[in-house]
Amino acid sequence: MSPRRLFAMVYKEALQILRDPRSLAIALVMPLMQMGLLGYGVSLDIKHVPICVYDQENSQLTRAIVSRFDAADWFSTVRTLHDQAGVRRAIDAGECIAAVVIPVDFSRTLAATGGATIQAVFDATDVNTSNIAQGYLQGVIAEVNAGIEARWFAAHGGQPSGIGQIDLQPGTWFNETLDSRNFIIPGVVAVILALIGAQLTSLTISREWERGTMEQLISTPVTALEVMLGKLIPYFAVGMIDAAVCLALAVFWFDVPFRGNLLTLFVATALFSLVVLGIGYLISVRIRSQLAASQIALLVTLLPTTLLSGYTFPIDQMPRVIQAITLVVYPRYYVTILRGIFLKASTLLDLWQPLLGMIVFAILIVWLASRAFHKRLD
Amino acid sequence: MNANPAESATGGDAVIADGLTKRFGTFTAVDRLSMRIARGEVMGFIGPNGAGKSTSIRMLCGLVEPSEGRASVAGFDVGSQSQEVREHIGYMSQKFSLYGDLTVRENLRFFAGIYRVPAGELAGRMEYAVSMAGLEGQENTRVATLAGGWKQRLALGCAILHRPPVLFLDEPTSGVEPEARRRFWDLIHDLAANGVTTLVSTHYMDEAEYCNRIALIDRGKLVAMGSPSELRQRGLGGALYELECSPLGAALEALHGAPGILEAAIFGDRLHVVVESGAAGAPALAERLRGHGIAVGTIRPTLPTLEDVFVHLVARGLETRTIG
Repeated sequence: MSPRRLFAMVYKEALQILRDPRSLAIALVMPLMQMGLLGYGVSLDIKHVPICVYDQENSQLTRAIVSRFDAADWFSTVRTLHDQAGVRRAIDAGECIAAVVIPVDFSRTLAATGGATIQAVFDATDVNTSNIAQGYLQGVIAEVNAGIEARWFAAHGGQPSGIGQIDLQPGTWFNETLDSRNFIIPGVVAVILALIGAQLTSLTISREWERGTMEQLISTPVTALEVMLGKLIPYFAVGMIDAAVCLALAVFWFDVPFRGNLLTLFVATALFSLVVLGIGYLISVRIRSQLAASQIALLVTLLPTTLLSGYTFPIDQMPRVIQAITLVVYPRYYVTILRGIFLKASTLLDLWQPLLGMIVFAILIVWLASRAFHKRLD
Repeated sequence: MNANPAESATGGDAVIADGLTKRFGTFTAVDRLSMRIARGEVMGFIGPNGAGKSTSIRMLCGLVEPSEGRASVAGFDVGSQSQEVREHIGYMSQKFSLYGDLTVRENLRFFAGIYRVPAGELAGRMEYAVSMAGLEGQENTRVATLAGGWKQRLALGCAILHRPPVLFLDEPTSGVEPEARRRFWDLIHDLAANGVTTLVSTHYMDEAEYCNRIALIDRGKLVAMGSPSELRQRGLGGALYELECSPLGAALEALHGAPGILEAAIFGDRLHVVVESGAAGAPALAERLRGHGIAVGTIRPTLPTLEDVFVHLVARGLETRTIG
C-alpha cells in the first residue's frame, strides 16, 4: 500500500465525481427528492377518515356526540344516513371507512343504566386504516363517555369517583405527539443513505470497464486495496454530506426532535455509509455493466431497508423466523440507532448492541470488498 | 531502473516467452508461443485480427493468466512477480484507455502518481510527455475532445512517465491517420535508441518495416520470425520473379501445379511467380510459357513485399491445418 498511489486514485476519482453530472445529481439532488417524497408520502397517521352517521334517536345528546366526531381532525362526516340499508350501501360503495349507528333508545338506556352502546361498522378491506380509525373512534367515544358519566353521577347524586374518571390520555412515551413521522423519518434517512450509497459505488468499477480505462489501470502497479480505498474514500465524503443533509432536513424541516448527541450519530452514520458503499463496490466488481450493477444495487438495498429494517414495519411484530432474518439485515441496526438517538437520547453505551452489529457488518463488507477485485482480465 | 538482475539472469533479453499458451474453453487463443526480445529491440507483432496478438501481450503484462508456459519481462517472472513486472512496463491497450473526462495534465498527473514518479522529476517528465505528444498549450483540454493521433501519443506519454525498460503497445496506431502514425513510430524509435524494448502489434503491413524484427502470428501460432529483409528474402521459400506476358490468364493456368513452381499470382498487369530454390530460373520459366503459346516479355527476379510474405505464410498455415 503506497500513500502516493492511494492519493492519486482518490484525487482522480474525486475529479471524476465532480465532472460527471449524473453522479453528482444522484449524490446531491436525489436525497433531497427522496427525503421530500418519503418524508411526506409515507405517513402512518390518517386524517379526515370519511365516516357516515345513522343517528336513530336524533336527540340533543346524540347530535352533540356526532358533532364531536367532526370536531376531531381525524374524521369527517361525509353523509348522514336514515336507515340500516343505507349503512350497508355506504360501506359497500366505499363512501366511508366507518359507519356509526346510534340506537333509537340511546338516551333512555343511558339514563336508566348509566351505560349505552354505539355501534360502529368498519370497512376492514384496508385493515391498517380501519384499525387506526377504530382507535381514534374509541378515543372520541371514551371522551364522550367520561363527560356523560360525570354528568350522570352529578344528576344522580354522589361524586364522580376515581372509577368514573378514567384517564384516556394514551400513555405514549418518546413520541408524545403520536406523530408517526417522528418514528418514520429517522428510518427514511437510513433508506435514502442505503439507496444512494450503494448506487454511487455500484458504478465505479463497471464504469472503468465500460469506458475501457480498467485495462490500463490494472496494467499499473496499483494494488487492489488501493483501488478499493481510492474508490470508497471520495464516495464516503459524498455519503457523509448526504447524511448531513438528510439528518438536517429531518430535524429542521420535519421537526423530528433530536435528543441524542452528534458524536454517536456520526459514528453510526460513518459505519453505515461504509457498509452501503462497500456493498455497492462489491456489486460493481462482480457486474461489469453499469446498468445491471445499478439495478442490483437498488434491489439489495431497497428491499431489506424498506421491508425488514423496521423502518415502517415494527420488527417485534414480525413472525419469529423473519425476526431472526432481520439480524442479518444491516439497515435494521442503523434504524434502531437513529431512533434511539433522535427520540430517546440514547448514548453510545445504550446502543452497544446495534453498534456492534454495524461494526461486524462494516468489517465483513470491507473485508469481502478488499478481496473481491483482481487485477486480471480473465 | 532494475536492469541489472534482468541482464545477469537472461543474458540481456528483456522479454522471454516460453511455451505461452492460453485457452478459453476449447478455443486456443495462443498456442505455445516462444520468443526472446533483446534489450532495445523493436519487435513487431503482426497477424490478422483474432490471431492472438492481444492475448499474448496481455499474458506478458500479467493481465491474463497463461494456461501453460511461462514468461519473464525485464528479468521478473510474470507469474510470481507480477507487481515488479507492472512497475517495469508501460502498456497501451488496443482500446483508448485514458480518462476522457480528465484533462491532459490530470491524466499525466494520475499516472505519475500511480507509478510513483519521484516528486522532483514530476514537472520535467510531465513537460517531456506533453511536448512528445505535441500537446503544448492543450494541457487543460479534456482528453475526450482530442483527435485520435494526439490521444495515442498522450497514451504513450502516460505509459512512459515512469521510464519503463519494456513497452507493450497493442495496436497503438489503429484508427490513426498516416501522418500521425509516422510520428508515433518516430517516438518508438527514439525510445528504442535509449534502450527501451518494445513489443508492438499492428495490422498495418507498412508499419512492419519499421520494426527491427517481426513475429508473424496466425491462429495463435508463431508462423515466422525475423528482420523485415530476412523475411522478404526467405519468407516465400523460393525465388520470386516478375513476368511480363500475355495473355495473363492462360499463363497463370500454365504455371499452376507445374514442377518447381511454388506459387503464381496476377500482380497488376504482371505475373508474380515463386520458383523453388535450386530449380532452374528465368530461362526455364520463359521456355515453359512459350511452349504454351504465350508471349513473354521481361522476366526479372524481385523481392517480395512483406505483405506477399504474410499472405503466403498465412495461406500455407491454413493449408497444413486443413490437411492435418
